[in-house]
Amino acid sequence: MRQVRVHGRGGQGVVTAAEMLARAGFLAGHEAQAIPSFGSERTGAPVVSYCRFADVPLRTREPVLAPDVVLVQDPTLLASDRPFAGLAPGGLVIVNTAADATAVRADAGAEDADATVLTVPAMQITMTHLGKPKPAAAMLAAYAAASDDITLDAVQQVFRERFPGAVGEANAAAAAEAFAYVRDELAAVGAAAGSEG
Amino acid sequence: MREVLEGSQAVARTVARCRPGVVCAYPISPQTHIVEALSVMARTGELADCEYVNVESEFSAMSVSIGASAGGSRAYTATASQGLLYMAEAVYNAAGMGLPIVMTVANRAVGAPINIWNDHSDAMAMRDSGWLQLFAADNQEAADLHVIAFGAAEELGIPAMVCMDGFVLTHASDVVELPTAAQVDAFLPPYRPTQALDILNPTTIGTMAGPESFTETKYLQHLRFLDAAAVIESWSDRFREAFGREAGGLVVRYDPDTLDRDREAPPASSDDLVVVAMGSVIGTLQAALEPLRAAGIPVRLVGVSSFRPFPGDALRDAIGESRHVMVIDRALELGSGGVLTGCVGRALAGTRSRLHSVVAGLGGRPILEASLQEAVRMALDGELGRLEFLDLKEGGVPTPAAGATEVAR
Repeated sequence: MRQVRVHGRGGQGVVTAAEMLARAGFLAGHEAQAIPSFGSERTGAPVVSYCRFADVPLRTREPVLAPDVVLVQDPTLLASDRPFAGLAPGGLVIVNTAADATAVRADAGAEDADATVLTVPAMQITMTHLGKPKPAAAMLAAYAAASDDITLDAVQQVFRERFPGAVGEANAAAAAEAFAYVRDELAAVGAAAGSEG
Repeated sequence: MREVLEGSQAVARTVARCRPGVVCAYPISPQTHIVEALSVMARTGELADCEYVNVESEFSAMSVSIGASAGGSRAYTATASQGLLYMAEAVYNAAGMGLPIVMTVANRAVGAPINIWNDHSDAMAMRDSGWLQLFAADNQEAADLHVIAFGAAEELGIPAMVCMDGFVLTHASDVVELPTAAQVDAFLPPYRPTQALDILNPTTIGTMAGPESFTETKYLQHLRFLDAAAVIESWSDRFREAFGREAGGLVVRYDPDTLDRDREAPPASSDDLVVVAMGSVIGTLQAALEPLRAAGIPVRLVGVSSFRPFPGDALRDAIGESRHVMVIDRALELGSGGVLTGCVGRALAGTRSRLHSVVAGLGGRPILEASLQEAVRMALDGELGRLEFLDLKEGGVPTPAAGATEVAR
């Protein structure tokens, strides 16, 4: 089973991100489940959502407590929302920020966490293509770039299906750019012989 | 076709395929996505030959549903929590008048304190209203139960609530396979009302009954309700044959080891602790109990699918020789214990069973596998009381940390 937790703020499409991730995971051949958590209904308030993939039907309804992957859609939550909490050893954390992984770890108080930390300027990319602060497609594409769980094609497909027309295309374009960004970032990390980027 | 759908979408599309003639509802969290989706389908024509009526309150929503049903239409509505309580008077009337309305209840806590999250307090408050109450364990069953509910309600002349856990199911996305329109058309006969207001043949439905006849009216309503268990089973059996998957029924059995739903599973034995539960916590119990079974711990799972009528006979059959039962209860009878526990206790009267009421997940508190496993361990070690509150925080109500979520609980 693969467990994912998404952190963001109300209005950023946090719940949509988990749902789209479940759909992309299903396209990749997994059983999938997305669970929203409505900590608040206020725009701007911290929101968490969860997604699970597995090769057998998913039964449990408990929130994801020990995520393998954490997506942080808003870097201002790093200090307050404990995105590294419960992270599985060697887990993957992807943060929407223009800063680097070292700064992310410092903000989160997770300097020593056993994790791979990737950063992607998903909001900037999304504003360029979509013009709205809803970075879910870019974040999921970053995840696709960093793992085999889902593919860029699947991410683009589910956004095109959900938002037919210009909005879907803009999300697909943001996804493509974020995917390329993270692939470049990973290549740079590889070139630096294992030191974290 | 298997697809990923939000629970509310799965329910709305299935309801549309049941071809209601009138849908009337007032939005309230966490039911809103269901009626929003139906209103969109009414506009696009996917929900054809249906009048979608906007009203100003839940009381009117149920009143319009009563009028629509009494006028001879298949009527559907949905609500939750305070909305269900606000329509309570009309809810009772629908049942007393024998009108087979189907209503989704997106189960939510009842205030005060105000709380939009999931437990079963709302449906439990209407347990004696004379409606069938069918509880979904997951989103597949939530969708499927609506097809069964229309069939059973209309055969019986008794309205039916389909209860699904708010947010936990309504707002979760799962892999589901919806009944197609053609399948539903082949399965569910067109609505043929046994009573309908007709201007050419005037009759009265819901007239006053005085002391000379009220007892007899209630007695007849009771007798009809006694028929409901067999009718629900029959529609559930036919559903399984037509659609190739299980939904509904009275009491759900699970394989002792795989915890898969299995109607052929043997009853529990005298060594077993039986966990009885209702709604989406069943999925979490399946996940939590499987490793316990693999470790040799004698525990069995029994689900209650039909809460009203309460299936005492089927429950006793599933519990078998076990005399040790733990009920996971999502609603509290203040000063007493869990509401479901009271019904289980009455069904087990005279069996000398040890009964634990574990009140869990009130107002949306997440129910964790580890907490359920610990409750099982304590019950088997003789450490669990007759009434327990799962994950109760001692020392009063804690002050949440800034930005607190379930993650930080």
